[in-house]
Amino acid sequence: MTAALQAPATRASSFGIGRTLRLGAARIGYETKVYFRQSDTLFFTFLFPVIMLTIFSVAFQGMGNIGANPDGSGGISQAAGYLPGMIAAGILLSGVQNLGTDIAMERSDGTLKRLGGTPLPVLSYFFGKMGQVLATSLLQLALLLLVAHFAFGVDLPTEPAKWMTFAWVYLLGIATSAVLGIAISRLPRSGKSATAVIIPPILILQFISGVYLQFALLPDWLQSVASIFPLKWMAQGMRSVFLPESFAAVEPGGVWNLAGAAIALLIWLVGGLVICRLTFRWIRKDS
Amino acid sequence: MNAIDPAVSVDKLTKSYGSFTALTGVTFDIERGETFALLGPNGAGKSTTIEILEGYRDRSGGEARVLGSDPQRGGLAWKARIGIVLQSSGESGNVTVREQLTQFAGYYPNPRSVDEVIAAVGLEDKANTRLKSLSGGQRRRVDVALGVIGRPELLFLDEPTTGFDPEARRHFWELIRSLKREGTTILLTTHYLDEAAQLSDRAAVIAAGTLVAIGPIDTLGSDEARTPIVRWLENGIAREQRASDPGRVVAELVGRLGEPAGLEIVRPSLEDIYLGLVGAYEADLASRASHTPRPPSASSTPSASSTKDQVSA
Ligand SMILES: Nc1ncnc2c1ncn2[C@@H]1O[C@H](COP(=O)(O)OP(=O)(O)OP(=O)(O)O)[C@@H](O)[C@H]1O
Ligand SMILES: [Mg+2]
Repeated sequence: MTAALQAPATRASSFGIGRTLRLGAARIGYETKVYFRQSDTLFFTFLFPVIMLTIFSVAFQGMGNIGANPDGSGGISQAAGYLPGMIAAGILLSGVQNLGTDIAMERSDGTLKRLGGTPLPVLSYFFGKMGQVLATSLLQLALLLLVAHFAFGVDLPTEPAKWMTFAWVYLLGIATSAVLGIAISRLPRSGKSATAVIIPPILILQFISGVYLQFALLPDWLQSVASIFPLKWMAQGMRSVFLPESFAAVEPGGVWNLAGAAIALLIWLVGGLVICRLTFRWIRKDS
Repeated sequence: MNAIDPAVSVDKLTKSYGSFTALTGVTFDIERGETFALLGPNGAGKSTTIEILEGYRDRSGGEARVLGSDPQRGGLAWKARIGIVLQSSGESGNVTVREQLTQFAGYYPNPRSVDEVIAAVGLEDKANTRLKSLSGGQRRRVDVALGVIGRPELLFLDEPTTGFDPEARRHFWELIRSLKREGTTILLTTHYLDEAAQLSDRAAVIAAGTLVAIGPIDTLGSDEARTPIVRWLENGIAREQRASDPGRVVAELVGRLGEPAGLEIVRPSLEDIYLGLVGAYEADLASRASHTPRPPSASSTPSASSTKDQVSA
């Protein structure tokens, strides 16, 4: 039998960065489509912050406004008080929880093994995941803002400077979350244990970082512990955007400390990138 | 890359999982354009071998070259030239057959047409069905489709037809033959020996991590093991005789008995030869383990289950 092989059309140049980006873009569409077809992630990641905002706003309505005068006037509504924390929680869920469990499952069900046998660059796979996180989280964010504004009458900021702050806190936060999600996906030993390993720490983090409980009311030592993690800084950054200036007084040190937020998030982002670069493998060899 | 290099070259390949040795020095080459079957009982080391060649597992010793590269270091350009069908895969499957194939086609520089591949595996009716709603055999056909979508030079198939119905298997054989005609090199493992006989040019039999036989399908096993058997009934008693010239034996029988009752000439099938080889190897291992002298190789006698080339009176 003579080997009439097709010319191996594999010039080295065709495997460059352009191809990586093109395949990454193709992965974003694919990943986002798959995301919205999974009913469990849709509930626990996508709708969760909106549902929690609704529950808290309705449940605590009777307690009156936050930061009100003794006669009940002034202050902000419960919904307005919870909105920044829920936005921050949404960022964390869309990145860390979503990717952490998703990639752990893909590792155990053979998806990654299959991809590892194809000429798909790891970087394109990462771009796909990050693009999916960005796309779904933007939709989640839009939904949160719409519900807060139209269902609960929360006034959104009008100053462009506030929205600038919002943009960079959001982008830095979502990038950090996505990268940490990829990094943390190594931890669960099987797909079945993925949610059990990843969701509880994230839930605890939400409680100590000012999402469900007012950060100012937590004991100092707990505030210090929370300050190690990125969620506290995202929530604080979001409070600086959505709460009146006067609320800065109850923050640690009496200021929003946006510089601190930027530094903390950047450290986590870079650390996460290094971990991904060093530890990500398509498969555990010999499994 | 040299055109006369073998597509796959394996030399004294060994693999240990901890203290367990799964491969003990396996050596073979696969020429370009050849279809090569790797046969052996469960746990023999077929998937271990094939996954070492695919780059999924690291070998413990020996040499391996696949399309001119060390599979442990195969880059993207190398992966673009191979196609892989793993023994098992179970993605969650929230995409349709067509979506999945279109996505994967994009990874390769020179992919096949998606519709052509869907037709080749007989999934036209299910092209827009999500993977999770497919039956087991249909999902397996998607695995095969994903293995060939990139127009690979070298295709690895680890028990590709598990769960196929007979018609799907014939369909699959046609697909493999058309790939062969295009010059694709194929490494196949299967427990269906008729499939190996139909498709492959050469086969290797491994048992307990050791190569026990290798060669063109029709030369596997000892001459004796491949000798046809003549069977007949004489005075109600079943008789058989091995003969390289069965026609002469039958003529003699007819001369002696008239029309012999229950006459058949059985040519040992690949399955018979395979069972003889593996049985002999296992008996050998067992006898060496118990330090008793090796029994006469009676086990290489083919079983009577053969149906190939059967002539009944
Ligand atoms: N990851 C692993 N860790 C430890 N032992 C393994 C591992 N993978 C395979 N083995 C062992 O190595 C041997 C060969 O396994 P392999 O999967 O290669 O067999 P096989 O020939 O493909 O069998 P089958 O026909 O059942 O697919 C078996 O005894 C198996 O238990
Ligand atoms: Mg196997």
